[in-house]
Amino acid sequence: MDSPSRMKEAYAKAVAAKRRQVWLGLLVLAVAVLLAGRVAEISPSKFLDNIGSFTSYFYRIAHLESGQWVISDPVEWFWGWKKWLALMGETLLMAYVGTVLGACAALVLCFLASKNMTHNNWVVFATRRLLEFARTVPEIVFALIFVVAFSLGPLPGILALAIHTTGALGKLFAEVVENVDMKPVDGVLATGGTWLHKVRFAVLPQVASNFASYALLRFEINVRGAAVLGFVGAGGIGQTLLEVIRKFYYADVSALLVLIIGTVMVIDALTEQVRHRLLGQERGA
Amino acid sequence: MSTPLAQGHFVSGQTQQALRTRYPQHFQAVYQGRVRAILLALLAVLFFVYGVHSLEMSYKRIVGGLGELGSMVLRMIPPDAGSWPQAASFGYAMLETLAIALLGTLLAAIAAFPLGFLAARNTTINRVVKFFARRSFDTLRGIDILIWALIWINVVGLGPFAGVLALFMSDLGIFGKLFSEAIEAADQKPVEGVLSTGGSSVAAVRFGILPQLLPVLFSQVLYAFESNTRSASIIGIVGAGGIGLILAEQIRTLELQQMSFVILMILATVSVIDYACSRIRFSIIGVRAL
Repeated sequence: MDSPSRMKEAYAKAVAAKRRQVWLGLLVLAVAVLLAGRVAEISPSKFLDNIGSFTSYFYRIAHLESGQWVISDPVEWFWGWKKWLALMGETLLMAYVGTVLGACAALVLCFLASKNMTHNNWVVFATRRLLEFARTVPEIVFALIFVVAFSLGPLPGILALAIHTTGALGKLFAEVVENVDMKPVDGVLATGGTWLHKVRFAVLPQVASNFASYALLRFEINVRGAAVLGFVGAGGIGQTLLEVIRKFYYADVSALLVLIIGTVMVIDALTEQVRHRLLGQERGA
Repeated sequence: MSTPLAQGHFVSGQTQQALRTRYPQHFQAVYQGRVRAILLALLAVLFFVYGVHSLEMSYKRIVGGLGELGSMVLRMIPPDAGSWPQAASFGYAMLETLAIALLGTLLAAIAAFPLGFLAARNTTINRVVKFFARRSFDTLRGIDILIWALIWINVVGLGPFAGVLALFMSDLGIFGKLFSEAIEAADQKPVEGVLSTGGSSVAAVRFGILPQLLPVLFSQVLYAFESNTRSASIIGIVGAGGIGLILAEQIRTLELQQMSFVILMILATVSVIDYACSRIRFSIIGVRAL
């Protein structure tokens, strides 16, 4: 057989093998989807029956009790704005306090979790597993448990946010610390500096702006998180949102959603500006 | 804390004096920018103290709560499902959680695929469509998954179906954004190649863009499935099916040993899913593509 036709044959074989793999994958996926549909009690007929009520739900939350569009009477729409703004403020404050607590804990733990600063492998391993646990358990599960231990209110919510933040930031911080330039560390060590001197004068100046940027990013995420912690009684605006959704106060639902989304967008925009300036500073230095 | 250099082990006093007179600017305290930093830090601390005060985080409550938490943790061990039938029912709820995650992710990916083309700069119909597509994705993402779950419960009733639809909504927002970015990042040269050989614009998308796009989209969908396994295990807390419902009930009735069993089961399932997804990702798109 001449070589072009052999090549053609090999090509056809390779394509066929690839096709077979794709079909096999699709078959497995199809079986999984059918099984999942059965387990999750999905029925297309139920969906089609209800899709109308979904659109009508949005129609309803866009209208006041009087039947007017919500936009036509903003005062009536945001009738509870004083109470709601106070709750939103509480939510932001929860996110702030939780982020600060978590960032402080992460700041301490990240040096123990990075191999270039801590030479005891057991300490590194244990700290990393601890951080992993703190960020794998969803914060709302922590909040559920803390609500039982600390009773209702913002305190359990803040602690839940703080623990989750410690886990998430601790990992990111440790990665930054492991990537620092070690020459300043050697320099401090050579002049007789202690471990704390190394951290303060050799590592922190290199990582501070990165840390601040990560902490701000986490603050954004925590604002979203704090807004729903009230669902389990852990303070903030979530409790009120849960009530108005469950009690079918349609116009209030949209008002609260607009308030939450608006606040989140403003916070995102502000922190993004600050973060750009922080990172720019680092590049300039 | 004094600076290591100020301890002066290696620089003699005389040399230091000479250095000081020769380069006075390097021996002055650095004030520039420091005042502002200190003021900012002070402000941050004050705000923190205000927060602690106004959110009723009293020392007594924290210590009392920690004691209570400690005794709860002691009552959590050893993790125990109670009985085999009960363990089986937990397992079924976990399966339901996975089913919710799979269907929610898949439906969102299928719906986001055409919408992603509308929101991408190079394939959209016009700028108004692009603008509205992007803002809709932003809104979908801006609403937390638990809120979506509550809304869908109002529409289709309690149960896993509401959970699937909740995941679908927030994933649609995520995928729409990611897909449109991937489409914008696609190399245009293969498209030109197809067009230059006389291919139609459909052929250009099929043979020019799709082969570049699919591996990227596939890996994003797998990542989303991983994170949705976590989300699906908590949406049950508000009644949208899955293991979260059981978890919330156990905490309310203080069945702590069962609760720790369920939490461990969730963590184990999530790590198995993470591992499986990363294997699939590597086998399909190869290590280099990441």
